[in-house]
Amino acid sequence: MTQMKERLVQLEVLRYNPDTDTEAHFQRYEVTCYEEGVVLDALNKIKADIDPTLNFRWSCHMAVCGSCGMMINGEPKLSCHTFLREYEGVIRVEPLTHFPIERDLVTAPDDFMEKLKRVKPYIIPKEDKPISEGEYKQTPAQLMKFRQYSMCINCMLCYAACPQYGLTPEFIGPAALTMAHRYNQDSRDGGRKERQEVVATHEGVWECTFVGACSEVCPAHVDPASALQQMKITSSIDWIVEHMIPGGKK
Amino acid sequence: MSRRPLVREVPPTSWYFRHPRYLRYMSREITSIFVGAYCLLLVVGLQRLASGPTAWEGFLLGLRSADSIVFHLLALAAAVYHATTWFNATQKAMPIQIGEDFVPGNVISGAHYVVWVVLSFAILFLVGVF
Repeated sequence: MTQMKERLVQLEVLRYNPDTDTEAHFQRYEVTCYEEGVVLDALNKIKADIDPTLNFRWSCHMAVCGSCGMMINGEPKLSCHTFLREYEGVIRVEPLTHFPIERDLVTAPDDFMEKLKRVKPYIIPKEDKPISEGEYKQTPAQLMKFRQYSMCINCMLCYAACPQYGLTPEFIGPAALTMAHRYNQDSRDGGRKERQEVVATHEGVWECTFVGACSEVCPAHVDPASALQQMKITSSIDWIVEHMIPGGKK
Repeated sequence: MSRRPLVREVPPTSWYFRHPRYLRYMSREITSIFVGAYCLLLVVGLQRLASGPTAWEGFLLGLRSADSIVFHLLALAAAVYHATTWFNATQKAMPIQIGEDFVPGNVISGAHYVVWVVLSFAILFLVGVF
C-alpha cells in the first residue's frame, strides 16, 4: 500500500471566547496533516489532538452544506474545499468577516437568515391550481433560466466578500437577492411584484455597486453579481413604465 | 445563556486595501473623476465658443499646453480602462438565452467592442477626419 505523504502545517487561528474575552486574538497551532488534506482536516486534527476548546462549524466535508465558510489568508472560502498543499508557510484562519463572532470561527448568521426570509425565497404560484389538474410543467429551457441561481448553498462567503454589505449592513446582500432572482425567473412563480418591495429599494439591488467580489468567491458558481445587475435592469424598466409611460402601471 | 457576539467594524476609509480585488474596483471608480473632468472641459469649451472668436482661440491655445496634453492622456487612459471594464461586465448584466443554452459571454462583450469601433469611426467620419 502506498504511504500517504504528510506535512507539518502551521495555522494561526482567530480565537474569541464570549465569556472571558473582550477582543479576539490569534493562536498559533502546529499539526501534521496528510498532504492531500484540506484546512478543515487541519482544524479537526487540532481539535482532536491539541485543543478541544477550538470551535468551528462544519458538516458535510464535501462543499455542499455551506457550513464551514471562513477567511483563509484573507479570502472567504469553504475550509473543506481549501487544500493545504496550495499554501506555503503559516495559514491564517479567521471567521467570516462582516458577521459577528459567536465564538472562535463560529459566526452569527441571524442577519442573513432574516434577509433571506424577506425576499420570499419560495414559489408563489400565479394562481391556485387544484391538485386534480396535475403538476406544474416546465421545459428544460425554462429550467435553465434559473438553474444556476438555485445552486446557492447559503454559505455566506459572498457576504464576507461584499464590501457594500460590510459598510452598509442594511444591504439585503448578494445571496438573498440572488434567491429573489431565482424565483422571479421561475416559470411557475408569480411573486415578483411582492419581492420587488424588498428588491427594488436602496437596501435592495441599488445598494450594490457591482464590485463583483460575490461571484469571484462563490464556491457554487452561482454568480450573484449577474443576478443583481439583471434585477437592476428589470427594476429600472419597471420605473420607466410606471413614471414615464402614460397609463403605465406598477 | 448570554450571547455576546463580537462585532468587528469595517474601516470606512481603508477597506479597499484589504484585498487586490477591492483596489481594482476602486481604480475603476476613480476613472470616473477623469471622465467627469473631461466632460466639464467640453462644457467650458462650448461656453468659450459661444463667447466669440477671441475666447475660443484662447481656449484652443490652452489645450496645447503641456499640462493639458498630460491631462488628456490621463483622461484617455481612464476612459479606455472604464470602457473596457464596462464592456467586459456587460456579459453579466445581460445574459442572452437561446433555447436551453446561453450565448457565450465573450460574444456579448465582443459585440460591444464592435459597436464601439463602428461608432468611433462614424464620429471620426462625421467630423471630417476621412
